[in-house]
Amino acid sequence: MPARTLLDKIWDNHVVCLPEGEAPLLYIDRHLVHEVTSPQAFEGLRLAGRRVRRPEATFATPDHNVPTTDRRLPIADPVSKQQIDTLRANCREFGVRLFDLGDVDQGIVHVIGPELGITQPGMTIVCGDSHTATHGALGALAFGIGTSEVEHVLATQTLRQVKPKSLEVRINGTLPAGVTAKDLVLSLIGRLSTEGGTGYVIEYTGPVIRGLGMEQRMTVCNMSIEAGARAGMIAPDAITFDYLRGRDFAPRDFDAAVARWEQLPSDANAAYDRVEIFDGRDMVPQVTWGTNPAQVVGVDAMVPDPNGFLDPNERSSGARALEYMGLQGGTKIVDIPLDRVFIGSCTNGRIEDLRAAAAVVRGYRVAPSVHAMVVPGSGRVKREAEEEGLDKVFRDAGFEWREAGCSMCLGMNPDILTPGQRCASTSNRNFEGRQGKGGRTHLVSPAMAAAAAVSGHFVDIRQWNYK
Amino acid sequence: MEPFTAHSGIVAPLDRANVDTDQIIPKQFLKRIERTGFGQFLFFDWRFLADGSANPEFELNQPSSAGASILLARRNFGCGSSREHAPWALADYGFRVIIAPTFADIFYSNCFQNGMLPIRLSEEDVDDLFRRAAAAHAAGNLYRLHVDLASGTIHDDAGFHRDFAVDPFHRRCLLEGLDNIGLSLQHVDQIAAWEQAHGLPPVAAGA
Ligand code: SF4
Repeated sequence: MPARTLLDKIWDNHVVCLPEGEAPLLYIDRHLVHEVTSPQAFEGLRLAGRRVRRPEATFATPDHNVPTTDRRLPIADPVSKQQIDTLRANCREFGVRLFDLGDVDQGIVHVIGPELGITQPGMTIVCGDSHTATHGALGALAFGIGTSEVEHVLATQTLRQVKPKSLEVRINGTLPAGVTAKDLVLSLIGRLSTEGGTGYVIEYTGPVIRGLGMEQRMTVCNMSIEAGARAGMIAPDAITFDYLRGRDFAPRDFDAAVARWEQLPSDANAAYDRVEIFDGRDMVPQVTWGTNPAQVVGVDAMVPDPNGFLDPNERSSGARALEYMGLQGGTKIVDIPLDRVFIGSCTNGRIEDLRAAAAVVRGYRVAPSVHAMVVPGSGRVKREAEEEGLDKVFRDAGFEWREAGCSMCLGMNPDILTPGQRCASTSNRNFEGRQGKGGRTHLVSPAMAAAAAVSGHFVDIRQWNYK
Repeated sequence: MEPFTAHSGIVAPLDRANVDTDQIIPKQFLKRIERTGFGQFLFFDWRFLADGSANPEFELNQPSSAGASILLARRNFGCGSSREHAPWALADYGFRVIIAPTFADIFYSNCFQNGMLPIRLSEEDVDDLFRRAAAAHAAGNLYRLHVDLASGTIHDDAGFHRDFAVDPFHRRCLLEGLDNIGLSLQHVDQIAAWEQAHGLPPVAAGA
């Protein structure tokens, strides 16, 4: 057999058939479902009299539209409530396992999948959500799909899929102190552009990736879609196996599974369709200045002047972005004042993220001009943080401590920016209006967000005085 | 799904790159549990002012774009969230064809699921179309394009003529208005065989 990449191996193992004149049918091992992109799919099944083919491969949770305040109160917005009730009713009718509000396993779908061990190496995983790429960190092929495809997977446990091209993103060297996985991926997106990965699955390789813990790998894979790539993946290794061992849905015969998973990494001489090589030593903490994640610079830099951009598209979208963001080219990033700080999301709402932010905050107070909140990615993350006393660190400093959900990452629930408010956010998208109409989002790492909350403006975390 | 064979219509130019699905349909409209009725919210934050009136600056509100069914855009159209509400909103508003140099992957495939044809043309050709539309509008005319999916061609009434490529399976789905799920269920024996070969228990009859 010729040398194969991780992608090739997973792909080959999941092709059900290649019917003449049709796209290949790919078997889907795990299907994650949330309340926003599934109601129309279940409705489609009902109308056609179809069932869910593999309810036991399907897991649901409400996350996007849920309140993050007191869960004992009824959901105030009747339309949100209806969507969540619809998910409950659909799961009941079709026999799908639901991690509901009030359940410690409820949380952002991309946080709970790995956390419960539902996500495993070598699997194909889909969800009606573009950040499904997160699960690739465990060596799975995981990608977002639309609602029609959700219905297709529910009905057939397969997907029509043309094989994507492979892109190796190798990161040599090491990351300097203070530079996190978030800074790494933001800086990669800045260099690859928002569409540099379109049509590709990215496999992240190299010593920097090997040195990242499991949750940091998730942060990197999570944002692959922001470079246009449908999926990001990282070959499984001892870090992956240690992470999964003992999790609720991990394989019973774990050692046998590890023996299989060890065959997954790309063969030494496997060829990728494209290779991009970077060096971790060049990386600095990142802050986005514009309205897409590729509009990003180092914290020690200035807001750029789009007039200097060579590409006419970049020039016009840069100018539009600065106008929306209320910024001038030439302003130092550290001089930008903030109104809000949001720590959470499927990019940076896991326990290590909260630990990193709490370490910065410990012994400080949130600046009086800033309203700051922490939203754990799942009920389990919240519980673990509370057991470690992180909630107390945040509360003592003046942060709000919330229940698990997507929250202000997209502001479908009441957690939104008001027009003109400027926010340092650990989420993944700084699109216009993403966190609330007229809101201005700057994407940063959890440590940088925490430092900004304390300081009232961005600061270079490499100079932070940890107490 | 309604088949798509050929389409002629008015072109609405939207001269912006990286139009993300958060702009196409903002999140406050994703709470609905239906597939229909999203057109009224298309490009909501750009299309309407704070008082709810139409934003006179926004491209789609120009009289020359009234009744448009072909959207002309720049690079990386439909990036970001996978929400199929974006193509639902575009289709419900009346668009059948979207032309851009590049599309984001998920959005691109979502279009086909909804009987909408995304056409990739070169950056130069898209530039040319923007110029042609502007010239027509300056002369007080509407700008129209004619798309034929069977032959894979697109032309205007003033000499623009190009071929475009679409993946053969996507093309067939649109031309025949295929029910994708129904088609895949024709391979249910192979799906069951895959499951058996991979150690999964059989699915109860009727599933
Ligand atoms: S946290 Fe944000 S990006 Fe992640 S799934 Fe929720 S809304 Fe999407």
